[in-house]
Amino acid sequence: MKMLEINGLNVWFGSGRDRVDAVRNAAFEVGAGESFGLVGESGSGKSTILRAITGLAPSWSGTIAVAGRQIEIRRPKDFYKQVQMVFQDPYASLHPRHSVDAVLGETLQLHGFKDIDARVVRLLDDVGLGQKFRFRYPHQLSGGQRQRVAIARALAPEPELLLLDEPTSALDVSVQAEILNLLADLRQEHGLTYLMVSHDLSVVGHMCDRLAVMKDGEIVEIMDVVALRAMKATHPYSQHLLQASV
Amino acid sequence: MAEQTLRAWLLTDTPTSRRHAKLSALYQGWLAFRANTMAMIGLGILLSLVLIAAAAPLLAPHDPFVQNLGNRLAPLGSEGHILGTDSLGRDILSRLIYGARITLYIVALVAMIAPIVGLLVGTVSGYIGGWVDIVLMRITDIFLAFPRLVLALAFVAALGAGIENAVIAISLTAWPPYARIARAETLTIRSSDYISAIKLQGAGGLRIITKHIWPLCVSSLIVRVTLDMAGIILAAAGLGFLGLGAQPPSPEWGAMISEGRRFILDHWWVATMPGLAIFTVSLAFNLLGDGLRDVLDPKAGE
Repeated sequence: MKMLEINGLNVWFGSGRDRVDAVRNAAFEVGAGESFGLVGESGSGKSTILRAITGLAPSWSGTIAVAGRQIEIRRPKDFYKQVQMVFQDPYASLHPRHSVDAVLGETLQLHGFKDIDARVVRLLDDVGLGQKFRFRYPHQLSGGQRQRVAIARALAPEPELLLLDEPTSALDVSVQAEILNLLADLRQEHGLTYLMVSHDLSVVGHMCDRLAVMKDGEIVEIMDVVALRAMKATHPYSQHLLQASV
Repeated sequence: MAEQTLRAWLLTDTPTSRRHAKLSALYQGWLAFRANTMAMIGLGILLSLVLIAAAAPLLAPHDPFVQNLGNRLAPLGSEGHILGTDSLGRDILSRLIYGARITLYIVALVAMIAPIVGLLVGTVSGYIGGWVDIVLMRITDIFLAFPRLVLALAFVAALGAGIENAVIAISLTAWPPYARIARAETLTIRSSDYISAIKLQGAGGLRIITKHIWPLCVSSLIVRVTLDMAGIILAAAGLGFLGLGAQPPSPEWGAMISEGRRFILDHWWVATMPGLAIFTVSLAFNLLGDGLRDVLDPKAGE
């Protein structure tokens, strides 16, 4: 079964003469349990695809289907139980006045869970943060710890598809590896499907099974990670990208 | 020893319960505030004002309303009247002490009305945007375009003179700046990742505004309110001075200045003493506001 199917996706901002087409005619599929990467330089529209899937992008056309179900403009309430997203910058994605407990508790409450206390404890354990972090505020956490909280929040509704928007690019190199390993472990434990955006080919090579290369809002090539490692790209732009990353 | 451990408990980086985390955050704010001497002076003055107002019947040496025409316009330091007496022979010190109640009453009422109206209008306008924003902000502009005292005068003239109407009039003219601040803050907050993140949990507009945007707007509003308090006291005193606020024989400070105006050349203390009281309280609010800004406003703090 396909977890995510995207066809003829266009995303644009503004209208009339100010209109900017951020994504043009994108099409790809992600199988259940697969980890799929989107790579490309800044401004190539990778993150915009994620925002269109979650409904944060204002205007889009084309079809997006999650687990065989077409997405309407107005997303049903249980959509967010199925799809969750981890943002790029953990310094910006946590409310500065909410403690870890408040962030996770509110998320669980919004999804209608009853055993909130037990679940907060379990979520913190899942992302490798102990109980001592439960009542801290974001300013009392490091970047890596914050990103773990953000991951815990995304896992709270027990989603099937996790969208990762450059989850490690704002972190130090050593912390990056920890977070990537955590994400890989979580995927195995919970049987998650990942759609991961990155500009770092080595991260994608480590995390993903297949990937799409984007340039100026268009997908120029879809290849699997074996081809990536063997440096066998067919499109000149992907070849260029591979060369540059060596 | 017990104090040491309490301090350590409050300053910990690893709070163990919701209450602990809240108390710890409060205590750290208090420490930052306490380090600011001027703000502590302001807080001290205001606390003593509250105490004086609460204990007015005990502290006042005379009844503020009893007239003694035989002893009118007694100078400073005269027997039994440290601050002298006014044109009807009433003890000025007692009137100042009772006047503290009126001042606090005005300040408390305005502080409860204006910032809350402003916060509501500003955050709704900023978060929803579109035509709601346009309509609300144009209304705000209209209120902003009038000089404050003139608009308050018009309201009082329409509603009738009196302290409650003065408070309503001042509140009605005081909310637009708060709405502007709240809207500006909301505009920067609403596009941030943590608001997107809570939207992805299916949160509705009401929850986002009240639980996520308000806590971030409130601190800058509190600072602004304390800084504006001086102006509000002055506006209330101004209305009193013009005879449109508190009515005689009520010992409102502005009205007292107005009464003393007739004798200002020969008997300067009659108008000066309430003027000094207004000055002191306004200054205290300004000092407090500066200190609060250092504690509450994360942007100015670091």
